[in-house]
Amino acid sequence: MQNLKLDAIKRKWKRKDLVALETLDFSEIEAILLAAKEFKTILKENLPLPFLKRRTALALMVEPSTRTRVSFEIAAKKLGISFLSIDYKTSSIQKGESLKDTAKNLEALGIDFLIIRHPAAGSAAFLAKLLNISVINGGDGAHEHPTQGLLDLMTIEEHFGTVRGLKVLIVGDILHSRVARSTFWALSKYGAKVKFVGPITLLPSYFKDFGAEISYNLDESLPFADCIILLRLQHERQRKDLFPSISEYIASYSLTTERMKKCKKDVLIMHPGPVERGVEMESELADSPNSAILKQVENGLAIRMAVFYLLGSYFENRP
Amino acid sequence: MKTEEAFFISAGRLIDPLLRRDEEPADLYVAEGKIVDPANYPKDFPWTKIDAQGLIILPGLTDMHVHLREPGESRKETIRTATMAAAAGGITTVVAMPNTIPPADHPDTIAWIRKKVEKEALVKVYPTGCLTEDRLGEKLAPFQSLIQAGAIALTDDGSCVQNARIMRRAMEYASVLGVPILDHCEDTALSDGGVMNEGLWSTLLGLPGWPSIAEELIVSRDILLCEKTGAKIHLQHLTTEGSIRLLRDAKKRGLPVSAEVCPHHIALTESALKEYDPRFKMNPPLRTQKDREALIEALVDGTVEVIASDHAPHARFEKEVEFEKAPFGVVGLETLVAVCLKELYYSKKMELVDLFAKLTVGPSRVLGLEPPSLRYGSPADLILLDLNASWQVDSKAFFSKGKNTPFEGMNLKGKVVLTMIDGKIVWREKRLVEEQKMV
Repeated sequence: MQNLKLDAIKRKWKRKDLVALETLDFSEIEAILLAAKEFKTILKENLPLPFLKRRTALALMVEPSTRTRVSFEIAAKKLGISFLSIDYKTSSIQKGESLKDTAKNLEALGIDFLIIRHPAAGSAAFLAKLLNISVINGGDGAHEHPTQGLLDLMTIEEHFGTVRGLKVLIVGDILHSRVARSTFWALSKYGAKVKFVGPITLLPSYFKDFGAEISYNLDESLPFADCIILLRLQHERQRKDLFPSISEYIASYSLTTERMKKCKKDVLIMHPGPVERGVEMESELADSPNSAILKQVENGLAIRMAVFYLLGSYFENRP
Repeated sequence: MKTEEAFFISAGRLIDPLLRRDEEPADLYVAEGKIVDPANYPKDFPWTKIDAQGLIILPGLTDMHVHLREPGESRKETIRTATMAAAAGGITTVVAMPNTIPPADHPDTIAWIRKKVEKEALVKVYPTGCLTEDRLGEKLAPFQSLIQAGAIALTDDGSCVQNARIMRRAMEYASVLGVPILDHCEDTALSDGGVMNEGLWSTLLGLPGWPSIAEELIVSRDILLCEKTGAKIHLQHLTTEGSIRLLRDAKKRGLPVSAEVCPHHIALTESALKEYDPRFKMNPPLRTQKDREALIEALVDGTVEVIASDHAPHARFEKEVEFEKAPFGVVGLETLVAVCLKELYYSKKMELVDLFAKLTVGPSRVLGLEPPSLRYGSPADLILLDLNASWQVDSKAFFSKGKNTPFEGMNLKGKVVLTMIDGKIVWREKRLVEEQKMV
């Protein structure tokens, strides 16, 4: 089914892969966002969808992931793309096959999209260079998780109408977070003022060179924030002595109803999930009117449809 | 037996770093494996003339940090291929690191290497022995037997001894035996699985960082232990500004500390990793521009006396993996000279005679070898260098089995066109001259 708006967006698309947001320019991010909005409208109003028939997407999950995989899967199926996924536990990577060989084999089987989730930073870039099919980064180590960054951007823009000038806090384990990086790049390219907040051991000063502000004190950062994005705290970091204890982390960096008193009344609370209630935030806050957590999930679907749609056009647009 | 060929190398520019000689035109005569005075030979002696006009005549170079990969890892490199690469790179003496399989922690391994070298090597090879058994940093290796078997120095290269007590004992013991210890300076609790310099780029790329302080902490430990024990300690492949500062201070106090830097660390910085290309992954990692400048300054002012390649070949498939999984190491024998010329000579930082001292006199003094020279009576280990020859790095053309160069495609100037060892030509531009054995 032809959609003139989507057609116009996809004609300008020139990338085979979605590896990182750092390297995308504003107009490319804008294209994905515009397409995602269109898909959201189509879904809401039950309009006919454009189909990417006879295309196959495969998710190679070398690291556990449920929500990202399911979101990609539903996005694919809504577009008529056949979707399958390989779990790292059952893949031949477990038998010692190299990522290169695994990916080359999958390419030879004729897939069109490869979604890769991998614990090693750079693995999506590695495959994008290696393969002549579209590679979508579903999270590579501590590097990037571009669709998450895009859905965060979409959620914030939708809520505030504009992103320019907004003050956004990203709180938690910034050092190991691919979400922090992707969301930072998306928001800062759209003109938001991003401040990273977390314990010093998880927030090295190099983040200042990204063009972000950094702070080790959540309490003093709260009053100015329009939006607070809380990140999941991975317990294995504590075992590596990066902070003394979970309770000490909670005391300094957990968003509580007490701390909410310091915030703007209508501050937007976001979290990429899965939320560990009582650690990153007090349980009630996740369900409060300030929370946009489920909106993020909903927008994630539209973003991933847009990504399939635009990357799918790469091979059409080529002369 | 065929009488050895004698050579008359005519009208070149002769550079002898030991004598700090740099003159042109100069002639050189080679007979019976040595540099000779033609006055001692009859007028009609059958010299074979080599026209060296426009070429530089240098003593053969010494690379004191090379991984030959034998025994045990011939998929990466062999004694044969590495020494072919060395000959083509103008390197007439290499020092082999002991991180082989098995490691050279037993005199039998040293003996095995020497035997294989005698049969297959094109250049002179000096093996090193391990500092500790299995390079685990726990129990001292049998230093004396290793030295008797032919080890020229002791090192656990690549696996720095973490326990300061073991290192102290090793240095005490080595101080009596008079051989240097070569140390790869890395506090592994601090480097903690890092794969690149900890800094802006590791933060951008999301890769685990290997901080400068992990090197500097061991550099300071080694300097303090050197002061305590009097052992000769050589700090391998230094990479940070802080290490240089510590070394400079130690030298001011007259301690027997020496150090080397590698061509890749003076030519490249961490930003080279932006595409996650494992060809730029080595240990210690590429650092910042400031560090790079400090290393160059240290070469210029004499704080660092040695340049070494840390030639570390790997099979192609081993490097074609996720960056974090790729093994550390780059090849360097065949690019050593030209990269040094680019970064030090063509950039107007150093005179040729000083630059080549770092590849001749420098390492030989650290190792206690006779310093290479072109004096009468010296072994005729020499090279002819075409300073102006432009070429492009193409790993496919390497003699080394390792194609993992960080300089692929780079345009360089300066090429070794002839390499002679003990009066025999082993390399002449574009072809290796087959010779049997050199050591």
